[in-house]
Amino acid sequence: MADGILILAEHLKGEVADITFEMLAAGRRLADARGVSLRVALVGNDVASLAPRLGLADEVLVVSAPSLEAPAATTLAALLKTLMEKESAGLVLLGGTNATMGVGSILSARTNLPFVSYCKDAKADGADVLVTSQLFGGKILTDVRLPGGRGIVSVYPGSFPSDAGRSEKTPPVRSVEVPLEASPVTFKAFIAPPAGDVDITKQNILVAVGRGIQTQDNIALGEELAALLGGAVCGSRPVIDQGWLPMTRQVGKSGMTVKPRLYLALGISGAPEHQEGMKDSPMIIAVNTDPGAPIFDVAKYGVVMDLFELVEPLKAAIQARKAGA
Amino acid sequence: MTSGPLEPIRPIFWNIHENYHWAEISQYVLGILAALLFLWGVYRHFARWRAGKPEAVLPAWPVRIRAFIQFALLQGRLASDRYALTMHLAIFLGMCALFIGTALATVDLDVTHLFFGFQFLRGDLYLGYKLVLDIFAAALLVGLGLAFWRRYALKPERLKTLTHPTFPLDSFYLLAILFLIGATGLITEALRLAASRPPWANWSPVGNALAVAFRPLPESALRSAHIGVWSAHGLLAFSFVALVPQSKAFHMVSSAVSIFLRNLGAVGALPAGDPAGVATVRDFTWRQLLQFDACTWCGRCQEQCPAHASGMPLSPKDLVLKLDLQLIRGAKPASGGNGAAAAVATLHDGTVGTAELWACTTCRACEQVCPVFIEQPRAIVDLRRHLVSQGTMDKTVQDALNHLNRYGNSFGKSDRMRAKWTQPLATKIKDARKEPVEYLWFAGDYASYDPRVEEITRKTAELFQLAGLDFGLLFEGERNAGNDLRRVGEEGLFEVLRDKNLQVLGKAQFKSIVTTDPHTYNTLKNEYPWNGNGVTVLHHTEVLDRLLQEGRLTPKKRLTGRVTYHDPCYLGRYNGVYDPPRRVLTRLGLELVELPRNRDRSYCCGAGGGRIWMEDVPGIKERPAESRIREVAGLSGVSTLVVSCPKDIAMFRDAVKTTDNEGKIVVKDLAEFVWEAMQG
Amino acid sequence: MDLFVLLKTVPDTVEELTVAADMKSLDPEWLRFKLSDSDEHALEQALLLKEKHGGRVTVVALDAPEVEEALFQALAKGADRAVKLTGELGEVRSLAAARLFADFLKSAGAAGGDALILLRSQAIDDLEGEIGPFLADLLGLPYLGVVVVVAPGDGGLVVTKEFTGGMRGEFSLPVGAVLGIQAAEKPPRYVPIAKVRTAMKSSTLETVEVASDSPARFPIEKMYKPEAAGRAEMLEGSPEEVANRLVDLLANQSLI
Repeated sequence: MADGILILAEHLKGEVADITFEMLAAGRRLADARGVSLRVALVGNDVASLAPRLGLADEVLVVSAPSLEAPAATTLAALLKTLMEKESAGLVLLGGTNATMGVGSILSARTNLPFVSYCKDAKADGADVLVTSQLFGGKILTDVRLPGGRGIVSVYPGSFPSDAGRSEKTPPVRSVEVPLEASPVTFKAFIAPPAGDVDITKQNILVAVGRGIQTQDNIALGEELAALLGGAVCGSRPVIDQGWLPMTRQVGKSGMTVKPRLYLALGISGAPEHQEGMKDSPMIIAVNTDPGAPIFDVAKYGVVMDLFELVEPLKAAIQARKAGA
Repeated sequence: MTSGPLEPIRPIFWNIHENYHWAEISQYVLGILAALLFLWGVYRHFARWRAGKPEAVLPAWPVRIRAFIQFALLQGRLASDRYALTMHLAIFLGMCALFIGTALATVDLDVTHLFFGFQFLRGDLYLGYKLVLDIFAAALLVGLGLAFWRRYALKPERLKTLTHPTFPLDSFYLLAILFLIGATGLITEALRLAASRPPWANWSPVGNALAVAFRPLPESALRSAHIGVWSAHGLLAFSFVALVPQSKAFHMVSSAVSIFLRNLGAVGALPAGDPAGVATVRDFTWRQLLQFDACTWCGRCQEQCPAHASGMPLSPKDLVLKLDLQLIRGAKPASGGNGAAAAVATLHDGTVGTAELWACTTCRACEQVCPVFIEQPRAIVDLRRHLVSQGTMDKTVQDALNHLNRYGNSFGKSDRMRAKWTQPLATKIKDARKEPVEYLWFAGDYASYDPRVEEITRKTAELFQLAGLDFGLLFEGERNAGNDLRRVGEEGLFEVLRDKNLQVLGKAQFKSIVTTDPHTYNTLKNEYPWNGNGVTVLHHTEVLDRLLQEGRLTPKKRLTGRVTYHDPCYLGRYNGVYDPPRRVLTRLGLELVELPRNRDRSYCCGAGGGRIWMEDVPGIKERPAESRIREVAGLSGVSTLVVSCPKDIAMFRDAVKTTDNEGKIVVKDLAEFVWEAMQG
Repeated sequence: MDLFVLLKTVPDTVEELTVAADMKSLDPEWLRFKLSDSDEHALEQALLLKEKHGGRVTVVALDAPEVEEALFQALAKGADRAVKLTGELGEVRSLAAARLFADFLKSAGAAGGDALILLRSQAIDDLEGEIGPFLADLLGLPYLGVVVVVAPGDGGLVVTKEFTGGMRGEFSLPVGAVLGIQAAEKPPRYVPIAKVRTAMKSSTLETVEVASDSPARFPIEKMYKPEAAGRAEMLEGSPEEVANRLVDLLANQSLI
């Protein structure tokens, strides 16, 4: 029997991350096409309770220990290597996120298997697996063949539909004892962002502001608009770095991933790190003075205009519509 | 004692010589002492100037002498303020006349009488002498009166001084001591006339009128009072002279020298300097130091400054005076030093602020009105160079500089996209890199890359084509000309871009360069070394003016309407191009209404000096562009503002929105009007 | 502190990227290169540490187009030493590059455990993975990526790493480590061109000959451009017209 597929589940603070479901969706498809098993490694401290949510897998392997709260990349890599050997897994799926940074490379070095990053798609191709990756912020795609379907793949968040990775089924769960490699990197504590009043991931409507908002005072314009629409304000990294919005309002790779029904992007250029956090929103409207801004590639509707020109008429139009209706 | 009964002659030490001989001696002693102190003080100032870096002086002596007469003696630049001109001329000429009068009296006594036994101040000459002096003395007092009234009753904003390089009460001191000198002089004369009553007393009308009040007193009282007032007069005058180098009065010397030795180079050519800029006062050149000393604290610069008017922390006056203070007092020791050697504090460490330096738009309005020809923008740029070398600037400026370095434009777009605006044109434009052209069109960053301005650039291209002009572009070979880079203080990057441009230009064949951007115009014209190749640099308004004049462009229809025109800083004030755009507009049939602040008094839009790359300063009163739009709104029947600079388009269109004039005022480039007139 | 910063240049995405005729690499015709994004941050962090705690900063890079200017710029910013690794390099991907750097760093005495190695967290062309972890593994040093704060503490270093949703984690590790820097504590400083030119005239880059014997882990089967995937429908008109159109769209979706 060909080697199975192993997914490293990602979770933070008691929540299973969306990327895990994305990997389950992709993994399930691959496993079914190749006729191999799909297992999930659930690694952390006191994480067994998360196992039932991973129903799409054939089995969930729980490795739980206090020292695995935020394990070092080498620890995880060594752990995964052991699991690969014990469970006959030849293909490992990792999330392309901050949390697992470094795991793929180290695992690749230790197992001598190829590591492919930025994966957007993975398909079975005969005995092999064909991985499509995006480079240069998505401007170029590459296809790489994993002979025998063996390798380590880092999945770029947002590449697969996370909903397809959820399941009502309860998977078999097995607790596994694995000797843990000690690491000189010691986790001390989490630093939570200052408590925000608003959870932007739960908002239906988000008004996002970027560099184009120019000053902290102008954020008020975004807030007025958000208030009219019944939503909240969020921002791209430059705005948070300036301190104009708290970290809990950051959308992007190091911030939140959001999927509101409406994402109104004002003065945001749409760098890949930001897109990662919002591109699956059903309705994205982008306003930017630069017609070449990458945000227009993911938006549904675009306006090449100075946001300051549009805000007041838009507010007026919304008010008029609300009054009229 | 008087001379013979018939001939008027100047009395020699009347009352003093016969009764108070000690006073006569003292006068000479103190006089010489005062003169020595004066000379020593002047020398000290001079030594401080010399401590600055060297700077070459263009001889051009005839020009300098003419300028000296016009601006130093006749106070040419004060003419814009009639009150100030009258008042200051009265004081200045009054003091000059009285000084000359005293000098003549000294010669009369200590030269001609002492050595040659005669006096020349006699007869009609003496009478004329008395009359002139009395009138000027009165003028002096009236002038001082006007000055007191102005400073302490009218209290104009520009006279407020925050930094006193000498001492806080200096302004009051100067007015007061001059007034007292003049008053005691007249009273001395009045007392003498009251006592001696010469027949020609009428020839001293003012003194004589005053003498009426003293006539009732007995002669002994008059003589006692006379020695008292005369002594006071002497002491005051000598004190004044001795203290001149220590007080604001020194501007008589420094201003005169500053005007005489002023920089005769093109105003648009910023003198080259050390890329590291100025960190301490000694890093300035001697001419710059002289200029700081020459400042008269008049505040005209501050009054014109758009940054100051919008509430930013910059006042050219205060900046110059702070630098003068540093010059006079010597450099401060470094704050909180971490070494054994007392390091000298940089000017940026407490004297001059970062926001203050970055607020300047380099519009030169300050320099234009300065009566003593101080070059404030140049000092600011020198100080900015130091900030750049430390990396102390807005992130947005840093980004712009990085983009300019990598891509040759401040937009961060690929240099290959520079000529993308030409694509929609029906007729292709010649590539000046490949074939010779008559006019090489150096479009500039904003005209090429800014989506708001692209359309105007295309229309300009069509106009050139309609006129059959032989022109071409450098396409991707063009780089930012570097004007604003220099003024931001990145001298090194300016040189890199300039050299790249010169390389491309060197290979091309052309007779003239035409540009649509006044900033580009300024630097190409004044700061690129054409080495006498006779390259003419023209602005597109100059070219359009010429084309219309020569009939190469004939309007198909006459335009109507009232419009007003904004003189761009770098085209007008910097390079004197005022009339060609106006001619174009009137030739098209438009009625041109002048803005109150026009020509060399045009009010900057706020984009220059790299400010267009800087972040908006929160909490300012009113942006310069907004002030200008409100000025336009104040003109009756005018709803169109004509500009001839792409940055003006950007700044004023924004300001129209932020001042709620959307739909009421329209901002258009001059080329758009010509284009419209060419549409049948 | 002995600090080493690894730099590399990547294709500048401001330009249009086109695929070469062999459909396996980029067309070099219009390719321009610039320093990888977080490289500037890694350098800045190293300079900040040097300024606060003393030490030397050495920048190292593989010979590549436009890498010399980056090295001189680093010297002008305050680095003490710049080294360029040259030779018949060919296409060097992450693991091969890691091996070359590892050899050099060992010879430079950086693997002993007193040197801190800083580099970018991730680059846009890291198909084979980030170089940092490979390097750490080869040198036997600990590794942490996505780092935003580095300071001495706990007998070694205390660093902060970014997770997601604004959450961060604090870790302690020995000084001898490889850190992938996401962002420096201050934005990368500006260095005026005049200083870079002075550096070019007064300093020299050290060159070290290296030879790469590690082929790429896997061949690229195909390189291509994505289909112009659904670009936004652009709305034109005056602000009022656009505003009304937007309101219609929102109303259709029952968002208003």
